[in-house]
Amino acid sequence: MNLLKGRLFSILIPVISVVLALIIGGIVMLASGYQPILAYTSLFEGIFGNSYNIGETVRQMTPLILAGLAVAFAFRAGLFNIGVEGQVLVGWLASVYVGVSFDLPKIIHLPFAIVTAAVAGALWGVIPGFLKARFKVHEVITTIMMNYIALYMTNAIIRAYMLAPGERTKDVKPTASLASDFLQTITDGSRLHYGIIVALICSVIMWFILWKTTMGYELRAVGFNQHASRYAGMNVSKNIILSMAISGAFAGIAGAMEGLGTYGYMMINAAFTGVGFDGIAVSLIGANNAIGIIIGAALFGGLKIGASNMSSVAFVPIELVDIIIALIIFFIASSYIIHWLSNRVNKGGKL
Amino acid sequence: MDYVIEMRNIRKEFPGIVANDNITLQVKKGEIHALLGENGAGKSTLMNVLFGLYQPEEGEIFVKGKKVTANDPNVANDLGIGMVHQHFMLVEKFTVTENIILGKEPTRGGRVDIKSAANEIKKLSDQYGLSVDPHAKIEDISVGMQQRVEILKTLYRGADILIFDEPTAVLTPQEISELMQIMKKLVREGKSIILITHKLKEIMQVCDRCTVIRRGKGIGTVNVADTDPDKLAAMMVGREVNFKVAKTDSVPKETVLEIKDLVVEDARKVNVVNGLNLEVRAGEIVGIAGVDGNGQTELLEAITGLAKVSSGKIMLNGRDITKLSPRKVTESGLGHIPQDRHKHGLVLNFTIGENMALQTYYQSPYSKAGILNYKTIYEKAKSLIQEFDVRTPSEFTPARALSGGNQQKAIIAREVDRSPDFLIAAQPTRGLDVGAIEFIHSKLIQERDKGKAVLLVSFELDEIMNVSDRIAVIYEGKIVAIVNPKETNEQELGLLMAGGKKEKVGGFQ
Repeated sequence: MNLLKGRLFSILIPVISVVLALIIGGIVMLASGYQPILAYTSLFEGIFGNSYNIGETVRQMTPLILAGLAVAFAFRAGLFNIGVEGQVLVGWLASVYVGVSFDLPKIIHLPFAIVTAAVAGALWGVIPGFLKARFKVHEVITTIMMNYIALYMTNAIIRAYMLAPGERTKDVKPTASLASDFLQTITDGSRLHYGIIVALICSVIMWFILWKTTMGYELRAVGFNQHASRYAGMNVSKNIILSMAISGAFAGIAGAMEGLGTYGYMMINAAFTGVGFDGIAVSLIGANNAIGIIIGAALFGGLKIGASNMSSVAFVPIELVDIIIALIIFFIASSYIIHWLSNRVNKGGKL
Repeated sequence: MDYVIEMRNIRKEFPGIVANDNITLQVKKGEIHALLGENGAGKSTLMNVLFGLYQPEEGEIFVKGKKVTANDPNVANDLGIGMVHQHFMLVEKFTVTENIILGKEPTRGGRVDIKSAANEIKKLSDQYGLSVDPHAKIEDISVGMQQRVEILKTLYRGADILIFDEPTAVLTPQEISELMQIMKKLVREGKSIILITHKLKEIMQVCDRCTVIRRGKGIGTVNVADTDPDKLAAMMVGREVNFKVAKTDSVPKETVLEIKDLVVEDARKVNVVNGLNLEVRAGEIVGIAGVDGNGQTELLEAITGLAKVSSGKIMLNGRDITKLSPRKVTESGLGHIPQDRHKHGLVLNFTIGENMALQTYYQSPYSKAGILNYKTIYEKAKSLIQEFDVRTPSEFTPARALSGGNQQKAIIAREVDRSPDFLIAAQPTRGLDVGAIEFIHSKLIQERDKGKAVLLVSFELDEIMNVSDRIAVIYEGKIVAIVNPKETNEQELGLLMAGGKKEKVGGFQ
């Protein structure tokens, strides 16, 4: 009983969940006539097997870290930001717009594009934040709707003003690009770019804001107990809006990673990218803290990249990999329920 | 000897603690048996064992001479044991009858037979002198009446052993004495009662015998006739306790808080504070006595800046604070021990250290330019923990892990340490045990003696009478009388709290 408590437990949950998910995934593969051992070795090789795969894994991690930070930051302030997806899209478009339209030296152009993406994401987050703070409209509803608005609005803007051949925008100028010949060379031609550095810096920023500043202290207080925060003289509405703004800014930067790094342009998206939704899972796996989120993003990014190898070597359908990812989240989520239940029982015991 | 309930040498462990350690409880038929103990002593655990919610590690339970082993809560019902809970379990929108039959509805031809149920309830009510109207809606009747509905619920289900869990916490003095009469009537009619309480006065008034638990251990059972409150208290806490708060006469000086014609609306647009006038001077404790729901909460919210004031004026130290934000009011010299320490007083998931900085975190030296200085915050917390004797493993422990008394001490440490000119203490000892109450009262008096103004709001008349220098009675949003605690008694206060007039003129506002 005591073993399952505290720090150790919160680290053990994800590890046990991953192992359980892999075991059940293996059983499913066996039942469907695939070879689980071969599949898992090819998955592992697909992630770490060669420098190209490692490069791709890290590239895939980059926006996931930022999306995870965005979800976690809002969550710390007691808000469930499902709108990260939409904030990613507006950030992506904003970064590409700056990248395409301006002629500036790199030292200004690149930061300018990233900051613009952050501002765009922040604004997209502030709207539901304001509605929540002022009119008590639930952020889950508004952020979901804002996702659709973002998806179709960015598509419409690209189509109307920024269209280049191939249903996409022009490439961003080299001065705004995160792409790196050096990183590409050492990873055997992967699309790895400098964005991972931005993501790691943002992780440090999130940790610093939450744990070292009065702003973070207020945000966490509001997240845990709005009533006590109001008693202590904090402005709860301001904190709700602020947390959504910062959350949106992280999400916007995640979009910039795609726009200035991986792709170098923005395409007309037929559907959501999934980065924002994966961010929810990443922040859940990472228990809403910066280091956990980096690990969660690595796991997620790795599985996504390794999946293609799994299907080409072991002929396991890509859908099965998605099922395994879903199982991992499922097990983490349900073990939190167990954790919660055991807490309740303990509390009931003390009386 | 025949016992209706006999729990022998009960032991119940939870991970890390022994909640019940060798407790024996023997209840005779037709007696009122008190179960006395501080908060966390293990009273509720023992009752949960009796109800079959917990399985004891050791010990035996006999009900009416028959050994009980099953661990199914329904067994308690079948054996005729009923519980009157502290927090009522009633559906507000339902009538008395509907509430009582809930889960055990009598039917006729597939339809609920309200009529015959109501008749039966009326009969029960008359038999025990409860005078409950079976057709009244719960939301329309008083708290005392609601409690009687809870009693009826157990009787309707055929209980002949009734357990009352801290039944007087929510009642006015009059309602308390009526409840005492009802309890006596119930035992005259052959019922047996277990009264869970930590109020010694009630035990002395109605109980026949009393079993005391301290920190999970059974201390013993005494005949109430052979004991007195001092002895009971000593058994309960394990040392001598001072009931009468030692204090000198107050030496009030200049007015610190002045409230003029205050009107505050609640969410339903009703004037819950309705033209209230009040003065609190430096060096005195003013106690607000009143039945819950007469505007106390809204008055405090208005003073602290949390609620909007419709009209009237609040002056603190000669400065108009009527429209200031909570933080500005705090900075003008207010300290506030809120009514609900979990909801308003603490961020339970924060550490004790973080909680102690809740009012000062943004000021130097606890932070500079928006960057927190955790070292100073925790150093400060450490010294406050020592000074106020907060029992906690460390300043890094989450507030959630502390007992109610120590949480309250942490709040008081935080509020008093800022040395505010005006201190509000709202229900500062609610749910606390004798030792913690003693400590908190002495702290309030200490602040008074330092020349601070203190406003005490409490539903416990004993507390109001013992601690206050002046008592202001609040009724329907107005202060209807100011009385001197030395010249009044519970009867007079109870009458005033219920809207009655004071006989002597004078002291009125």
